[in-house]
Amino acid sequence: MNKVSVIIKREYVTRVRKKSFIIMTLLAPVFMASMVVLPTLLMLNKDKQFKKIAVVGEGAVIFKNAITNTKDAEYVYLDNADMNDLKKNFQQAGYYGILYISPEVSTTPNAIQLFSKNQPPIDLLEHIEGSLEKEIERQKLLGYNIKDLDEILKTIRTKVSVQTIKIDDSGKATETSTGIAMAVAYIGGFLMYMLVFMFGAQVMRGVIEEKTSRVVEVIVSSVKPVQLMMGKIVGIALVGLTQFLIWIFLTAAIVGVVKTTVLKKSNVAEVSQMIPKSVMADNQLQQATGTTSANKPAEVNPQLAEVSKMFDNAMNQDWLLIITSFIFYFITGYLLYASIFAAIGSAVDNETETQQFMLPVTIPIILGLFVAMGTMQNPESSISFWFSMIPLTSPIVMMARIPFGVPYWQIAVSMVIMLITFLAFVWMAAKVYRTGILMYGKKSSWKEIWKWLTYRG
Amino acid sequence: MSLFEARNVSKQFGSFKALDNVSISVPEQCIYGLLGPNGAGKTTLIRIINQITGPDAGELFLNGEKLMPDDVLSIGYLPEERGLYRKMKVGEQALYFAQLKGLSKAEAMRRLKYWFKKLDMVDWWGKKVEELSKGMQQKVQFITTILHEPKLIIFDEPFTGFDPVNANTIKNEILFLRDRGATIIFSTHNMGSVEELCDNITLIDKGKTILEGSVDEIRRNWAANEYDMVFNGDVKIEGNGQYQILKQDFDDGISSIRLKTTATIGTNEILNNLMKSGTIVSFNPALPSMNEIFIRVVESKN
Repeated sequence: MNKVSVIIKREYVTRVRKKSFIIMTLLAPVFMASMVVLPTLLMLNKDKQFKKIAVVGEGAVIFKNAITNTKDAEYVYLDNADMNDLKKNFQQAGYYGILYISPEVSTTPNAIQLFSKNQPPIDLLEHIEGSLEKEIERQKLLGYNIKDLDEILKTIRTKVSVQTIKIDDSGKATETSTGIAMAVAYIGGFLMYMLVFMFGAQVMRGVIEEKTSRVVEVIVSSVKPVQLMMGKIVGIALVGLTQFLIWIFLTAAIVGVVKTTVLKKSNVAEVSQMIPKSVMADNQLQQATGTTSANKPAEVNPQLAEVSKMFDNAMNQDWLLIITSFIFYFITGYLLYASIFAAIGSAVDNETETQQFMLPVTIPIILGLFVAMGTMQNPESSISFWFSMIPLTSPIVMMARIPFGVPYWQIAVSMVIMLITFLAFVWMAAKVYRTGILMYGKKSSWKEIWKWLTYRG
Repeated sequence: MSLFEARNVSKQFGSFKALDNVSISVPEQCIYGLLGPNGAGKTTLIRIINQITGPDAGELFLNGEKLMPDDVLSIGYLPEERGLYRKMKVGEQALYFAQLKGLSKAEAMRRLKYWFKKLDMVDWWGKKVEELSKGMQQKVQFITTILHEPKLIIFDEPFTGFDPVNANTIKNEILFLRDRGATIIFSTHNMGSVEELCDNITLIDKGKTILEGSVDEIRRNWAANEYDMVFNGDVKIEGNGQYQILKQDFDDGISSIRLKTTATIGTNEILNNLMKSGTIVSFNPALPSMNEIFIRVVESKN
């Protein structure tokens, strides 16, 4: 049997059987799924406490009945209320809070204040703000004395939602979604970063363990050092792949289960209504769900239709390209960094000595991640272009660019560069590894490593 | 015909010369001792034989042919320091190393069962290596070294860490392996084992060979006209012009005496003189121990 495959098998089996692996594999999806599900659950399970708000102030009279009562809040207009008294007594009187509106409300934004014992929930605030904004607009328009103002307003209010359609070279048009593109870019880049780091570090630790326990001497009397190095790198890669596949599967399963059981009762529109405007940075997503918090939950069906359209758009991404690119970049990127980690592991006598080497290795990865984030805002920038070509950062940055569309020749060039570079790095790392694993007590430094690189052995 | 030969091997680490023109010739089915003080270069030579590192100069031959990478499959190596994965189970690990040496899993299992039973280690199969004592670990590693029935077996300090019973077991296994056709090289400081086991030796110091040859020959060469005599009962001898008494004592009903003669006197003459003193039980040339020779040779070179 091929010796390298014997080594790969051992490296894989010993790690996959460890309790820490099993726990991490099962726990992480639960954690990740809860990060998605919990905020939604929290918002659904909102405070059922019915709030009575006292509306006072000289300006309040202008806005009588402008703020509509909702399911959870009633707005009671109090004329001639004494602010000081009210501030002391409002809770006993059964009010959740006092909304004070001063007469300068249309000119001074700070003219409205909400006094309450607890921090009011955001949807309450937005309801008040939205209602008042609309009323101020309406009143200002009234001042212009336009005939049939209400009718006109109803007809001019149009909902604009830009449909993004990508046209490829053959003229074929596919509807896309920027939000989905960003999500894929983000996940792809981040996944790459995590994988390379977590499992590259495992390679390093394995090398150090073998060196300190002197096992390496026994193994190298049976196989060539490079065979041990590659066996270890590939074996650990398989561990990583296994873990991520299980993660994806489990996370999807958990989210799916929760979605169908818990979220079935409420409709999607209501959920999105509660997501505050400030959190929804992505316009597209807001458009797809079709609401801002001030809207009444009346148009349910068009919104659901928008959401399903969003999922359709997600399916229209070029998944074949994305998945094959991801696999290619993961393999080459991981192999490149894993061989660097193996070389570092062979140069030290224990894990603390690795600190001085970690920084120069970490910098390109973090840089790649930052550029990838920037790419999502500006996919066509020259920084994104160059960093998707440089082999140390291209796995992360190119994965962030692809959902936005990259010419095939650019992807090809980036891949070729990556291929050549990773082969060169593996070759260099093997030379360092071969010498390093038997050297004990030598002070580890970059100069020392350079000597081994050129050492005939 | 020599099974293994190293010719003019040199190795340098930076400015430090670990081996300087060292040659050894190991006959087939011989037990060969590689001796020397700490830092002499023994381990470097052993690593070169195992192809863990390469020599700067010199050549190595196995069975008359130049040493090739695949020859590691016919060589077994037990390093001085324990080289085992601490957290891996004993049985699993032994299987792993056997497969790396080219054995099929089935064959390796068969042989492991045999050896574990022979050395009384069956209970250890499922234990993690770190749960075993140092001596136990060495036993495990001993098995992984010889499992693939190598023609040439190299032990680096095989007796350190063993209690007398286990050390004896290892000694017997080495003889057993030799009788089954293996050739054995072992490095050691333990001169007692050298006398008991080795046929030939090489003594290295500071990277150079300072003594080599068969153990008997060397001891005879260094024998300086000393003889051991045993008498029945309590007998006291006095020295004279022909011989001097180096030491004598009486224990357990017999007297043991070591005397040193001048070069000219013959053994028969000595016997004639001493027969009068008592009943002679035995009379033997006193070969110096390897320990003494080791010390004398190394010190004289410094």
